[in-house]
Amino acid sequence: MTPPAIHVEQLAKQYRLGEGVSAHRTLGERLYGLAGSAYNRLVKRQGAQTSTKRDTFWAIRGVSFQAEPGKVLGVIGRNGAGKSTLLKILSRITEPTAGRATIRGRVGSLLEVGTGFHPELTGRENVYLNAAILGMQRREVASKFGDIVAFAELEKFIDTPVKRYSSGMYVRLAFAVAAHLEPEVLLIDEVLAVGDAGFQQRCLGRMHEIAEGGRTVLFVSHDMGAVARLCDRVMLMDGGRVVTITDPQDAIDQYLRLVADWRRDPSGVFTGPLAQDVRFFDLTVNGVDNNDPRIIRPDQPITLRVVGEAQRAIPDYRTTFSVYRDGVRLLTQHDAPVPTDLPAGRFEATAGLPALLLRPGRYSVGVGGYRDGMREYLWGADLIDFTVTEQWSADYDPINLGLINLPGHGSRITGSRRDALTTADTGSCAA
Amino acid sequence: MSSISTTTDQALPVTVIQRSRGLGRLGVGALWGYRDLLAILAMRDIKVRYKQAALGVAWAIIQPIAMAAILFLFFGKLMGLDAQVAPTPYLVFVLAGVLPWTLFESAVTASSGSIVASAGIVRKVYFPRLIVPLAATGAPLIDYGIGMLVMLVAMLVLGVTLTGQALLVPLMLISLMIGVLGVGILMSAVTVAYRDFRHVLPFLLRLLFFLTPVIYPVTILPEAYRWLLALNPVGGTIAALRSAILGTPIVYSDWMISTCIGLAALFAGLWYFQRAERRFADIV
Repeated sequence: MTPPAIHVEQLAKQYRLGEGVSAHRTLGERLYGLAGSAYNRLVKRQGAQTSTKRDTFWAIRGVSFQAEPGKVLGVIGRNGAGKSTLLKILSRITEPTAGRATIRGRVGSLLEVGTGFHPELTGRENVYLNAAILGMQRREVASKFGDIVAFAELEKFIDTPVKRYSSGMYVRLAFAVAAHLEPEVLLIDEVLAVGDAGFQQRCLGRMHEIAEGGRTVLFVSHDMGAVARLCDRVMLMDGGRVVTITDPQDAIDQYLRLVADWRRDPSGVFTGPLAQDVRFFDLTVNGVDNNDPRIIRPDQPITLRVVGEAQRAIPDYRTTFSVYRDGVRLLTQHDAPVPTDLPAGRFEATAGLPALLLRPGRYSVGVGGYRDGMREYLWGADLIDFTVTEQWSADYDPINLGLINLPGHGSRITGSRRDALTTADTGSCAA
Repeated sequence: MSSISTTTDQALPVTVIQRSRGLGRLGVGALWGYRDLLAILAMRDIKVRYKQAALGVAWAIIQPIAMAAILFLFFGKLMGLDAQVAPTPYLVFVLAGVLPWTLFESAVTASSGSIVASAGIVRKVYFPRLIVPLAATGAPLIDYGIGMLVMLVAMLVLGVTLTGQALLVPLMLISLMIGVLGVGILMSAVTVAYRDFRHVLPFLLRLLFFLTPVIYPVTILPEAYRWLLALNPVGGTIAALRSAILGTPIVYSDWMISTCIGLAALFAGLWYFQRAERRFADIV
């Protein structure tokens, strides 16, 4: 029997709270910290102990599994389940706190597409840069350069600085580099969320080829369709632990039950003083709930709808919807222009985004409600997500870079027509 | 960070990932495997720097000339330092000091912010982190090379000839690079953990600038205190380098003191860096 390509034993990673956000300290804080701990040691021994315990959490704990060579192992789970931490440890970006992992073969990791891409550099220069960052030798890149550019279909733009690329072109080029990595073990995190459907299809095909060629793939994704099609086995994680490793359909079913859980037990999901009084369930994006992929064409308007239940009558209340991208709150809309009285019982709240507003990408939705000038509220983040695809048109131009889309265009007046206009204007003035 | 055992199984390298204990290893061998990345990152910095500038690479020539011209006017002429260094023209004298100092200052500044500036890569890909501060010294080195050419032209024009002492220049450049890399590597790791070094460093460098015989000759100090100027990782080396180029007497003891301090900084830097690097991805 061949040894496993990836063998993970009791892997664990502990973070300090706030680490990964802004764990760097200023010198002053460090000095205060030293003084503080010295004080604690001298004066109140136990106090120091409990404070260190409170300030840490386990991102993953006791994770053990094996991945067979030549197979695609999917990793799924809710946000915060520990998937990304696991990938970071396996790709040696961060060190485990305990446990060990053994990997046979060269490791290539793709935690985002286009790592290190520099906007000022051309596509060509970025291919070499990105490939070197991913661990390829210059000679290897040179020999595959033609294939990479052809895969990305960017022959004409390869000497253009990537700051002029659309997000789709950018992703295509970046993925093309990654697709030509030839490690024995490939670790992939959620990278296909952007990009048009056709390109996604080709990427999945390429990943399949990679696995067919005897290489091992570890594939983290929220896209259950891709997971079902691509993976031989799927590992479901939750709360930093492995829930199960089984065949894809079974794991996906369990995952969907887990995801749907917030409707049955919203206590952990919704926070705030109103969380006892208002319950939400059945959040949908254009009528599609968490069980099915929510893929939206840019020319479709988007309707967010949630069914809620008020345990008691709540005066001066309104429901809040927020749309996030990469953790940035893009916009907020309410179900009423001003807070109004909400009677006890079921209600339905909606918010609507016009078509052609959002650029391609993955968006996440938070829902909550408030009354009495925000003093009483409830809030649940990351309840559902949706993806806006790339379908270019005159009102949705790939070169209209930015966070949001503005349909339409300005105007241009040139040469003789401009003179004609000016004289005509003067003429009309004189008359 | 993690150990790569040399045993192979059907010619496959085996990577064992676990918590590193004790001193760990910097992996100089791994560094060699990533030499292409080092070159490409250094090239990226150079390209990006000159891509948007209208004058492009000409800046590398204009800067030392402008700097030397200003120093020549203020310190050479107005404050009369050119009399102190005669018969060497003050312009050449100051260039020979300002160029290596600028290499030190800009390389240390660039290295210091390099890990934070590369957070996007550090958080997403594994490679020996030491590559980052090393690559940051690439652009200052190129500038130094160009500046040296400018200086050689100035020497030719002003009739200063090289002597046999110039043969020592390569050795001194090695000394200089030891100091540059030592302080640079140390600062790069320190800045990740303590961001206020970004504000402290320019101040320290300014202080060190005046404690280094760059714009003035060592001889303006009373003989008994001159050794103080060697008490910095590049001071004695810069003075020696200038003497070697201009054919004035080299103070070997100062050069050696600076080199030793530079070596100490290099070892301290490498030690602190490998200790800090395993947490870079978590805190950067």
